[in-house]
Amino acid sequence: MAHKQQRFDPYDMNGGTCVAIAGADYCVIAADTRMSTGYSILTRDYSKLCKLADKCIMASGGFQADVKALQKALSAKHLIYQHQHGKQVSCPAMGQLLSNTLYYKRFFPYYAFNVLGGLDNEGKGCVYTYDAVGSYERVGYSAQGSGSTLIMPVLDNQLKSPSPLLLPAVDAVTPLLEAEAIDLVKDVFASATERDIYTGDRLEIMVVNAAGTRTEYVELRKD
Amino acid sequence: MKLDSGLENSSSIFLGGCSGLEADFSAPPLFDLPITNDFDGWQKKSVQMVKPARGTTTLAFIFKEGVMVAADSRASMGGYISSQSVKKIIEINPYMLGTMAGGAADCQFWHRNLGVKCRLHELANKRRISVTGASKLLANILYSYRGMGLSVGTMIAGWDEKGPGLYYVDSEGGRLKGTRFSVGSGSPYAYGVLDNGYKYDMSIPEAAELARRAIYHATFRDAASGGVASVYYVGPDGWKKMSGDDVGELHYSYYPVVPSVVEQEMTEVPVA
Repeated sequence: MAHKQQRFDPYDMNGGTCVAIAGADYCVIAADTRMSTGYSILTRDYSKLCKLADKCIMASGGFQADVKALQKALSAKHLIYQHQHGKQVSCPAMGQLLSNTLYYKRFFPYYAFNVLGGLDNEGKGCVYTYDAVGSYERVGYSAQGSGSTLIMPVLDNQLKSPSPLLLPAVDAVTPLLEAEAIDLVKDVFASATERDIYTGDRLEIMVVNAAGTRTEYVELRKD
Repeated sequence: MKLDSGLENSSSIFLGGCSGLEADFSAPPLFDLPITNDFDGWQKKSVQMVKPARGTTTLAFIFKEGVMVAADSRASMGGYISSQSVKKIIEINPYMLGTMAGGAADCQFWHRNLGVKCRLHELANKRRISVTGASKLLANILYSYRGMGLSVGTMIAGWDEKGPGLYYVDSEGGRLKGTRFSVGSGSPYAYGVLDNGYKYDMSIPEAAELARRAIYHATFRDAASGGVASVYYVGPDGWKKMSGDDVGELHYSYYPVVPSVVEQEMTEVPVA
């Protein structure tokens, strides 16, 4: 009898949805707190947000074991950066570090879908969006994870600004105020929860602005 | 297995290895490999899982005044459009551009790496690297990873001491010098327009219009291409962005809506 080789299968998909919106002087980063595998809900209270620096927050869906490893790697690098330079790493720098960190595992990827949000060096809101192997782009808003295909079209409809590639350049600003952006995030998550089994339970929202960061929670459907 | 040939020079920039947690943070980074004896099967499965962003039309050609480079801006993951605003023309330095087709992460990362190498060459030799040299740096790196599943199809275009230069480089190890290339899923359509309209003796506006039209027609027929058609020109004074047009609006400038002639107006029938 032919010996069947043990399959190498290290990944799981824990679901989860992340959204980030950048404004003129703020950034809203949000994710639900449900963690699932298959049809089972493992926990209803798992934070997918990670504060990497004072003005830099990462939200990640996908395989949470890989996400945790990624968070630890980035936090360790940030700690060393602080010791070497005596300051917090900027969001654009962390953006590129995350890209490189993901790419170094190009042949054994982190199964993680990330958005990075925060304030840039001028205090403007910034959002970076990634694929699992590290291609990244600065955008005005983004959704990642299991509910991204439901949320992204709604964000496009509400927030889409002229492409930065256009020439002559058209001024692109997210038209929303901070409070309006938070309301929009609550709405899109409530909607995604209706149609995505991997999204629900509770929404964790972090808002970064000149005053610092604050967190708020909103209950979502638990079925 | 020794994999890392492209990163030795830039190790200090990337701050340690991929796990980032070992004691020696200045060690040259190494790509993690899965513990498996079926790498090909693994690679195939992991590509299916992470669905890296792909799907593109890019083109570049040499003409009388220099090099014209153009690209669309769409990235798709399977049937889902993951972005309509990708910068597929990468500015390596003020005299050199790279185009991006294939895996978005592979192209982005190795072009960034090439940018570092070109700058180091400039500092070491007090002169800018030639297009020939830069393209060969990239081709050699990609060749060292051949068979490991990288997906890169790029054109390196620029202006060096010998004038305009254009090379096609891909992850299979190919490196071709030429005057006219198009790469990506929309390339057959772009080639159709490009070959039809190409003349060496074009003015800069004529060449820019040809490039834009070729990209537009490719986005029209290829579902995996779309977004904004960006056109760059590289001349003796470096590159310059010529235009960036939303192809959705470009459509109406190529095919204006003509108001249809009403042949007969419907009227009330008078009651007899």
